Amino acid sequence: MSQRQSMLPGFGLSLGVTVLAISLLVMIPLLALVTRSAELGLGGIWQTLADRRVMAAFRVSFSTAFAAALLNLFMGLVVAWVLVRYPLPCKRLWDSLIDLPFALPTAVAGIVLTTLYAPNGWLGRWFAEFGLQVAFTPLGITIALIFIGLPFVVRTVEPILQDLDRQQEEASTSLGASRWQTFRRVLLPPLVPALLTGFSLAFARGLGEYGSVIFIAGNMPMKSEIVPLLIVTKLEQYNYPGATVIALASLVVAFVMLLVVNGLQQWTRKRTGRE
Amino acid sequence: MPTLKTAALTGALGLSAVMPLAAHAEEIQLLNASYDPTRELYQDYNTLFSQWYEKQTGDSVTVEQSHGGSGGQSRSVIDGLPADVVTLALGYDIDAIADRTGKIPEDWQRAFPHHSAPYTSTIVFLVRKGNPKHIQDWDDLTKPGIEVITPNPKTSGGARWNFLAAWVAVLKRELGDLGKLDDPQYADDVASAQAAARQYVATLYQHVPVLDSGARGATNTFVQRGLGDVLLAWENEAFLATEELGEDQFDIVVPAVSILTEPPVAVVSGNIERKGDSAREAASAYLEHLYSPEAQKLIAANYYRPIAPQAADPEDIARFPDLELHTIDEIFGGWREAQATYFDDGGVFDTIYQP
Repeated sequence: MSQRQSMLPGFGLSLGVTVLAISLLVMIPLLALVTRSAELGLGGIWQTLADRRVMAAFRVSFSTAFAAALLNLFMGLVVAWVLVRYPLPCKRLWDSLIDLPFALPTAVAGIVLTTLYAPNGWLGRWFAEFGLQVAFTPLGITIALIFIGLPFVVRTVEPILQDLDRQQEEASTSLGASRWQTFRRVLLPPLVPALLTGFSLAFARGLGEYGSVIFIAGNMPMKSEIVPLLIVTKLEQYNYPGATVIALASLVVAFVMLLVVNGLQQWTRKRTGRE
Repeated sequence: MPTLKTAALTGALGLSAVMPLAAHAEEIQLLNASYDPTRELYQDYNTLFSQWYEKQTGDSVTVEQSHGGSGGQSRSVIDGLPADVVTLALGYDIDAIADRTGKIPEDWQRAFPHHSAPYTSTIVFLVRKGNPKHIQDWDDLTKPGIEVITPNPKTSGGARWNFLAAWVAVLKRELGDLGKLDDPQYADDVASAQAAARQYVATLYQHVPVLDSGARGATNTFVQRGLGDVLLAWENEAFLATEELGEDQFDIVVPAVSILTEPPVAVVSGNIERKGDSAREAASAYLEHLYSPEAQKLIAANYYRPIAPQAADPEDIARFPDLELHTIDEIFGGWREAQATYFDDGGVFDTIYQP
């Protein structure tokens, strides 16, 4: 890259705004998290995290967030596909419904889902017939996370789908590819980066979600207790460093996972020659 | 138009000529940070107090309310919520403000009569109508097949009272006379009674299918989701639940022994000082007046046990059943000690869930 003047003015200004915004809104709060945790020292941090109850909560949070994001990956793709490709009656209405989980206060979502899936609820009672309890188990947590995570995948995949050139599919079919081959070789590759972004957004959101989960989780230690609840529990005992340590740990793991997903994206872009 | 303006002006001037008579009449705003179930009580009391105080001093006082979980409210004040008075669920939450900010004097419990608790309550059982599982006392809660709803003591003040009430009941069953607790002669008996209490509480929490984070959440789980056979609840919440949701759905069962819950009040001196003398007097009077006969009557009408029952409506008093009640100071040596022993990280409650 040679030292070429950019075609557009304002590089200095926009870089300044970016750096300022990132430092004020992201870096400084995160730094506070780190310094607060450091109060405990390495031994204290280890002791906080190695607690069996904390480990169990991490297990619950990560597995439910992962399961929910994975399900959203498939459901989101199907929903986006239907919204983009098929003529639906009241399409606009359906389309805006997708955003509702974003707009709804999370506590409301949690209470609604709990009411529906409780053993005496409209849906929960059917599951109960088969001896399956949804609310107050990790399954309930997963359902709440699917609810709040779906828009992430739909909204990231939708614009890419819209931009796809149908002629490529037609060409693929006329060259003798089967439907499956067309989907696998022509349609899917350009969608993968968007799908991965949607997945990682839904996953990250699921890790930190409190409001919608807390009502449906049951909050039993070692079984259905999520990481954000443990943070609140520590705060409730005025154990601020303990709370920040758990928050930081959850953040670090989420950050690493996001990095991995980003790396995957780069890789698929290169592989499909879209760089 | 000019005439109107002049008239208004003379009117205003005339008014200001009269004003000096009541020159010291001020408008005072107070913020009361309270916990969840006191919503209805303080709504009534604030009106009562404003009227009374204006008659007494000429100052008009508007009290704003903030409600939430007791621990959360305490944390808000520590983090800077400008509350002038706090009326919380347990002394520990006020101790925390005193310890961490110094905005409340260390000896706040001596500021008002009766350890600064103008009303009390207790922990009772709420069961489904007709009491189908025949729950009469604490021992029935750990029978096979009984599901108990109580929130998480780590996050809920009410849940801590529930936990301690169960503990007291077992001590009473084992020892007969709780006076033995302080008698070195019975040290062995006391030790085995404490072990029995620990055993009982561990079994009790195995009967709890959902640990809500707050008392209102637990009430909803029991009432709206239909989960559990019995809800451990504040007496005032239990009354409110039967009152609001129809007496045909729930019954209140009163155990033989329970804990005397003393929700305390305190002036947040560190916050009120900035507002000046008259505000400080008003804040103090606001809590002081809770002990007046009118307020005590109101307290009983709102299902809290008044500390001066003679002032209350006999009909309201008749609602409160007789049972043996013990205080936290008497059995556990105060909140600080109880918190450290039972609820802090690594405390008794945590060991219950250790596999």
